[in-house]
Amino acid sequence: MNRPFWHIIIVFTAIAALLLPRVAFSQTVSADTVASESKGKKFDAKSFIFGHTGDSYEFHVTEVKGKPINIALPVIVKSKERGWFVFSSKHICHLHPGENYKGFFIQSQDAEKHAGKLVETNGKGEVIRPFDLSFTKNAFGLFFCCAFLLVFFLPAARQYKKNPMGKPNRYQGLVEWLTLMVLDGIIKPSINEKKYRKFAPYLLTVFFFIFFNNLFGLIPFFPFGANVTGNLAVTMVLALITYFFVNVLGSKHYWKDILWPDVPVFLKVPIPLMPIIELVSTLTKPFALMIRLFANILAGHIIIMVLMALIFILGGMYGAGMGLGISFISIFMTIFMTALEMLVAYIQAYVFTMLSAIFIGLAQEEPEKPKEKKQHIPIQQSSN
Amino acid sequence: MDLFLPESGLVIWMLIAFLIVFAILAKAGWPMIMNAVDKRNQHISDAMLAAKEANEALAGVEQKRKEVLADTQAEQLRIMKESQELKTQIVEEAKEQARKESEKIIAEAHTRIKKEQDEAMVQIKSEVVALSFSIAEKLLKKELDDKQAQSDFIEKLLDNSKNIQA
Repeated sequence: MNRPFWHIIIVFTAIAALLLPRVAFSQTVSADTVASESKGKKFDAKSFIFGHTGDSYEFHVTEVKGKPINIALPVIVKSKERGWFVFSSKHICHLHPGENYKGFFIQSQDAEKHAGKLVETNGKGEVIRPFDLSFTKNAFGLFFCCAFLLVFFLPAARQYKKNPMGKPNRYQGLVEWLTLMVLDGIIKPSINEKKYRKFAPYLLTVFFFIFFNNLFGLIPFFPFGANVTGNLAVTMVLALITYFFVNVLGSKHYWKDILWPDVPVFLKVPIPLMPIIELVSTLTKPFALMIRLFANILAGHIIIMVLMALIFILGGMYGAGMGLGISFISIFMTIFMTALEMLVAYIQAYVFTMLSAIFIGLAQEEPEKPKEKKQHIPIQQSSN
Repeated sequence: MDLFLPESGLVIWMLIAFLIVFAILAKAGWPMIMNAVDKRNQHISDAMLAAKEANEALAGVEQKRKEVLADTQAEQLRIMKESQELKTQIVEEAKEQARKESEKIIAEAHTRIKKEQDEAMVQIKSEVVALSFSIAEKLLKKELDDKQAQSDFIEKLLDNSKNIQA
């Protein structure tokens, strides 16, 4: 056997050793599920997969001797009847069925409505969802990534400000390379030369926000691993901000083309058919952005989780031997998928930024100046 | 499914976090980096242009130097040729003048010699006359001691003078 093969085996085993405890124990579902699992009951693939790809009220770090180690996060809720409550998530995440904390409890993953979410029971005995401003795992991941962005980019900016003509050091070189990759590769080709500076900060921020969130989501340990960009709330906000930059800051010409496009008049009056289509198209563009990013990242996470779940499903069905056997295939596939997801992390950030830039660029176009047309005619006449 | 419902809480956190980061980076992050890069690009292109111009100017100077050198050489040649010509001319002129001068001197010498010769001749003539007179006087003195001889002689002289007058 040649050497590279052994290297692969070693890497394989190392990664298996790293990943196995995580997938085996890092449950973010309620305590009864964890308890039932450790007692050797049937493995719950659904809550395993969606518990990891979804949001949760605490940050599961690892498990030591059967006891989960969680980082408690603040729960901030406004009950419909009782007002605001702020408490640590450690009080609420490990309640037994039927128990509650200050009237709140987490709905079980099997429930039809609000599965895995914090709920309360109102006066009529109905289970309802309070207004939930909890600082969840995704919110934590989000803030962590934002802090990282500031810590990563601001020192470079300060160094540039202090000494703009100096030779950039290695760190500045990295920042500059990343920035120019987006600026020269995406922004400048998409937006009018005179106007790109106005939109570059947003597009740069959005690119690195998505890119680093995607990458951090792939790292399977605290403080990483939150599935931020695979969450619809996050992509929705990004798409809304893009909508704002495209439409609210769009030029007059752009709005004229939407509300009064250059089509035969019967398409605009009496029924404004084309304006309606154009207006809807302004909404579908950010909607597609929102869904594309969300679905791509979520799908990647789900595939990795399914591959891991496969070990326990087959292990449960055919015994530990089968689970061990399939784990080699699963881990190999997971490595492959993780590598692929790193590519997807870049591609999705790129696609979101590029499409945003193109939409902004299209909304900034000015009509061809009539002056030029007037100039053409005399030239032709004089040449004749 | 809940997975496809955006959570209002997370929407708010996302909005807060993203807008804060965007505001900070838009204010103190990206413009600094972009400006610095633009400034440096401008500086580099300026420097390249200046270097190109300097090179061109240097090439011009070299060209000019060669031209000046060629001009100088031509001038040198011309001056040398001219001076050669001048030299021969001067020598010719000097020769001519010397010839003329010598001719003049010779001619002068000739006239002076002739004049002195004439003067000498006149002097010799007068001396010869004086000598012959003194001889004649002495002879006459000796011959005309007696009276007869004196009268004969006077006669003879008178005759002679008559002959001359006639």
